[in-house]
Amino acid sequence: MEALSPTGVKVVLPEGGEVASAGSPWRLIARTFAQNRLAIVGVGVVVAVVLFSFVGPLLYHTDQFDPNLAEVHLPPGTGHPLGTDHSGFDILGRLMVGGQSSIEVGFAVGLIATSFGLIYGAVAGFFGRAVDTVLMRVVDIGLAIPVVFLFIFMAQVYKPNLTLLIVVLSLVSWQIPARLVRGETLSLRTREYVEAVQVMGGRSWRTILRHVIPNTIGTIVVTVTFQIANAILTLAVLQYFGFGLPATTPTWGSMLSDGTTYLQDGYWWEIYPALVIIVLTVVAFNFIGDALQDAFDVRLQER
Amino acid sequence: MTGFIIRRLGQAIVVTLGVTMIAFALLHALPGSLARDIIGNRASPQAIAQFNRANGLDRSVWYQYWLFLQKLAHGNLGYSFQYNRSVDSLLATELPRDLVLGGLSLVLAVAIAIPVGVAQAVRRNGPLDYAGTGISFILYSMPQYAIALLLIQLLSISFHVFPSEAPQSASALGMLTHPAGLVLPVASLTLVTYALFSRYMRSSAIDTLAQDYIRTARAKGLPERLVLLRHLLRNSLITLVTLIGLSIPTVLTGTLIIEQVFNYPGAGLEYFQAATRNDYEVMLGITVLVGVITVLGNLLADIGYAILDPRIRY
Repeated sequence: MEALSPTGVKVVLPEGGEVASAGSPWRLIARTFAQNRLAIVGVGVVVAVVLFSFVGPLLYHTDQFDPNLAEVHLPPGTGHPLGTDHSGFDILGRLMVGGQSSIEVGFAVGLIATSFGLIYGAVAGFFGRAVDTVLMRVVDIGLAIPVVFLFIFMAQVYKPNLTLLIVVLSLVSWQIPARLVRGETLSLRTREYVEAVQVMGGRSWRTILRHVIPNTIGTIVVTVTFQIANAILTLAVLQYFGFGLPATTPTWGSMLSDGTTYLQDGYWWEIYPALVIIVLTVVAFNFIGDALQDAFDVRLQER
Repeated sequence: MTGFIIRRLGQAIVVTLGVTMIAFALLHALPGSLARDIIGNRASPQAIAQFNRANGLDRSVWYQYWLFLQKLAHGNLGYSFQYNRSVDSLLATELPRDLVLGGLSLVLAVAIAIPVGVAQAVRRNGPLDYAGTGISFILYSMPQYAIALLLIQLLSISFHVFPSEAPQSASALGMLTHPAGLVLPVASLTLVTYALFSRYMRSSAIDTLAQDYIRTARAKGLPERLVLLRHLLRNSLITLVTLIGLSIPTVLTGTLIIEQVFNYPGAGLEYFQAATRNDYEVMLGITVLVGVITVLGNLLADIGYAILDPRIRY
């Protein structure tokens, strides 16, 4: 983000203010973020979960492809620290492999949905009038369609795979960032520096890309975080509706869904590890999002 | 104000039309043939052509959509060939039961979220606030069905307090005469809704506490209890109107999931069953209904907000 380099922002600061000691706004944001203990916990958990999912399988080898029917529903114990599931898969190993697809989907949806919503919202807010009305009604329609309906429909028509899942989840997630960015753009486009660019003959696209969007960075960063959390959560709910990935691609949601079949049998180890890791990961992302929101708020307050 | 309401109403109509269009298009794109589903795999081509003609299925997509819109304008949500019943009559028995589940949960969630939110805001960053925030964060970060499963595990399997299946009464009143069976579904949906409310309630109360009129009320020596009751609570209620309007999709989706978990006889469960038996008109009818309720909820919230808060001018 070139346009948000410290010098770039100092231009915006009111004249006469003694700001030398405040330092870069990014340092201020980082400091406020670091003071939030929950945020540090959140970052720690996310790093731990990513390492667990992507580095874990290299250290802890398990077979997650061939069912082992001689070892089904084994309680936690020697050989299988978290027991085995209904197909004889080692649960600890499956949590690691399942984490990969869950995290990949989460990040991909967070980035795709936010990027698209960002440009969409900026265009709607920047051009205003008819463009804004039409584009925002499309967002309203998207938000009014019951998401679950879309999933049940998809489950009947297509054979789910990772890419399709990411596309569908992005399709139902971009509307919120679009709305947020549009709201901010409405106020940004009346700022002097945006008007100045236009007076100097700057193209609309250049204004949007170089001057409007970089100034919504706070909203964007916060939104991506919440979108990742929501995508991981929705993925888990999707499996419950049968819109899951094939058994060769386990996710935390499918493990939880499989495990609940045996709720009455008392096979708790097939349910709770997956539930705990889902909740931990989503809570961690929400902590980070909340702290980022506070951090960017502080920047605005002190400006 | 009138201008605002008219403009907002126009938007709502456009959005509703958009919802019907997309729902229709998606359902139309589904594989399989309605004629084959209804009159069987061994039906003659003539019989199938006749069925298609009788139901307008041989006409263009646009004409079928137009037929659908016309029926919709007369309050006709479609016909279930699997049940040989109109979707309207199907929903007429199910919606009152949904209202019991959704309504009770919404009222309970509000009744819990307001006092807890205010208490958290007043004791900001105290142990009570952290506990409340922690609980709502965890609830918020759980798949909706997991909340229901935990309740079943605890109160139905570990301790046999409440049954894990909803009452199967034919009427809404019948549901209410079996309160034990209602406890777990209502409690689950309450927690799902509360998770959404509590975060907003707390921050809204914190915002209100920072207002000048609160400081004035305190400065003139009003007892804290009255400050909270008369000034803070009343103003927080305005936020609640928006909140309830916005929570409608969550409540509806929650209802769908909770009904599935507890086998609660409502429109949500019907939707799942319709999906498995390719009863597209039922799916379409329910989808449109949910879309319309969502749009109406947002509309009422916006208008209610404008009426309740005289500072807002459009």
